[in-house]
Amino acid sequence: MYYLKLIFKNVFRAKLRSSLTIVGLVIAILAFGLLQTVVDAWFAGANASSTARMVTRNAISLVFPMPLYYRDRIKSVSGVKSVSHSQWFGGIYIEPKNFFPQFAVDSENYFEMYPEFIIKPEELLAFKRDRQGAVVGRKLADQYGWKVGDVVPIRGTIFPGNWQFNIRAIFDGKDETTVTRQFYFQFSYINEYLLKRYPKRADQIGIFNIEVTDPGRIADIGKAIDAEFKNSLAETLTETEKSFQLGFIAQSEAIVVAIRVVSFVVILIIMAVVANTMAMTARERLAEYATLKALGFSPGFVAGLVFGEALMLALIGAGIGILLTFPVAQGFAASPAGAVFAVFKVSQDTVLLQLASALVVGVIASLVPGWRSANIKIVDGLRHVG
Amino acid sequence: MKVPFSYVFRNLWTRKLTTALTAGGMALVAFVFAAVLMLDAGLKQTMVGTGSFDNVIFIRKGAETEIQSGVSRDQASLLESLPQIARDVDGRAMVSKESVVLISLTKRGQDKGSNIVTRGLPPMGLTLRPQVKIISGRMFRPGSSEIVVGRSIFEDFEGVAIGQSLRFAQRDWLVVGMFDGGKSAFDSEVWGDSEQLMQAFRRGGYSSAIGHLADSNSFDALKADVEGDIRLTVEGKREQIFYEDQSRALSTFISILGTVLSVIFSLGAMIGAAITMYSAVAMRTAEIGTLRALGFRRPSILAAFLLEALLLSLVGGIGGLVFASFLQVITISTLNFQSFSQLAFGFTLTPGIVLQTLLFSLLMGFVGGFLPAMEASRLKIVDALRAA
Repeated sequence: MYYLKLIFKNVFRAKLRSSLTIVGLVIAILAFGLLQTVVDAWFAGANASSTARMVTRNAISLVFPMPLYYRDRIKSVSGVKSVSHSQWFGGIYIEPKNFFPQFAVDSENYFEMYPEFIIKPEELLAFKRDRQGAVVGRKLADQYGWKVGDVVPIRGTIFPGNWQFNIRAIFDGKDETTVTRQFYFQFSYINEYLLKRYPKRADQIGIFNIEVTDPGRIADIGKAIDAEFKNSLAETLTETEKSFQLGFIAQSEAIVVAIRVVSFVVILIIMAVVANTMAMTARERLAEYATLKALGFSPGFVAGLVFGEALMLALIGAGIGILLTFPVAQGFAASPAGAVFAVFKVSQDTVLLQLASALVVGVIASLVPGWRSANIKIVDGLRHVG
Repeated sequence: MKVPFSYVFRNLWTRKLTTALTAGGMALVAFVFAAVLMLDAGLKQTMVGTGSFDNVIFIRKGAETEIQSGVSRDQASLLESLPQIARDVDGRAMVSKESVVLISLTKRGQDKGSNIVTRGLPPMGLTLRPQVKIISGRMFRPGSSEIVVGRSIFEDFEGVAIGQSLRFAQRDWLVVGMFDGGKSAFDSEVWGDSEQLMQAFRRGGYSSAIGHLADSNSFDALKADVEGDIRLTVEGKREQIFYEDQSRALSTFISILGTVLSVIFSLGAMIGAAITMYSAVAMRTAEIGTLRALGFRRPSILAAFLLEALLLSLVGGIGGLVFASFLQVITISTLNFQSFSQLAFGFTLTPGIVLQTLLFSLLMGFVGGFLPAMEASRLKIVDALRAA
């Protein structure tokens, strides 16, 4: 008890230096937490995917379509419960920087396959009845201030022309991890136009969404579907929804790796700052430590003082930093820059990592000064002037 | 009367551990700062090196990338007849009619495919891109199922070697050569014969057409002609500008991320410098008193301590740059959000970045050292002498 009190008193002896160190720690722990959250946000789409759903795409690449009649053949594969389809639209709303994913989907059963999207039944019905209808996620609607009944113009890039959609439904997510930044509309609306203008491009689809009866057999079902189209004009590649999403992340892996590296550099920098503080503290108090040893306290006791001081500094800084992470993350998620991420939430793991890194910083920063103070010759120490 | 420089230098030299720790923290910040600038410069260099200023690329109106675009055969022929397009020695129009598709290849050490641009081009396509050189093997024969691969594809992807075949679009394509695109985006592409690729992928038309201007200044006239012709549903851009636009989103992302990080980090480093300088002042109170008693004025004391902080940060900045310069051997390959395909680019160190990094370090030193230096210069002589 006295020991703790002594350490606590020691921490605040040099008020200015300690508060500066704590501020530095707070900034670093905060930055570390935010970077971890960014990495989490990157993987959010993949983590939220269901284990009972698969995605079939063209084996060459996602940009090649498959004929629409594949749908019935997929449906006949044993173990397939239902099949829907979606097509990336990639249009522009007003200007290119307003990016959000747009999909032309099979309006009949697409939303039945995704129970995590909560839609009012009457709104869903209104969407199915309106060929120009659209279903949008809550986050997206809030971002642009859309309401049910609004008309949204979108300029096509892959499907040329200026398209008008009427918002018929706004969906909410089942929980915080559900992404609600998408824009869905009816595939038939685009397909009819293609049939008239570009008949070669009509009745072609980018992705088949499949629900299986038994998640345990998912790999075999995928193989069976791909075998169905072997050596055809459009060979398919079927994978679980999660691995499909991870594929996108793997493509931009370099950026995720960079963010990870940077978050450890933050910890290194702050280690240098705290170690610096501890080196000074120990140097100033060498005479005191020598006095303690002269009074008969063990070298371990002296080293413990230095360790304790560094740990206490680190924990105070980490505590404030962790507390600040939540409001800052919320503020970031609400800002235009945060709109890029569908889900931006500080996870429990992040908090634990922050805490762990603070402890590591405290221990490593006090290694050299602690060892020095413990092994000082009493005579030299008493003679030492800070 | 100024405090001698050797006094400042020896102060830092005496406390080696503290100096090293503070400068080390600053070096890390300078390193990150420089790395981000270098990455952005590398990306820009790649994109600028890809397009040539005197080439014009035509894609379908409204399309943003070659992947989304389609140019029919008759429109491409119309483009060849435009008066502003250069002719070669045989009198042929210098227009390369190309088809661009994405295929999926697997990176080494990953089990997921990445999208690769595969470009089908006629012999004219090579003429328009003098920066591309075959460095091993040979060029593909026109009209055959042979392909050549860019340098980054060769280095980063599984199963790509000369004599091997890649299978896509129900055919085996024999890799017969590797080319170097002079650090351009072509390094991340696979090239083959345009007609063969179009047949394999069941394409009726081209993706884009690239024309060479006879006179560099005639671009506006060409643009006006294209826009005025109702038979043409394409738009022309200077190739260089087209490729810059292609990487804008990625470049913005890198810059924003880098700026935010640098600002946060520099706060930490400034605090580190402030701690060091404050304790230097506290430890040397008696010394400062002595200096003042000897007749050194307040401004020179201020200057001496500020110089100490600046020297610290300069050491840090130089250290960070030395480490950052090693990054130039690294190439990273990532997804370009706009073209939806892989793009490899490296870190490029320019004199401008060296200067910016050093100035940034000095700024950190100045901000971190100013308050402690002020405190040092405001000590009262009598109190300071008593402090020991």
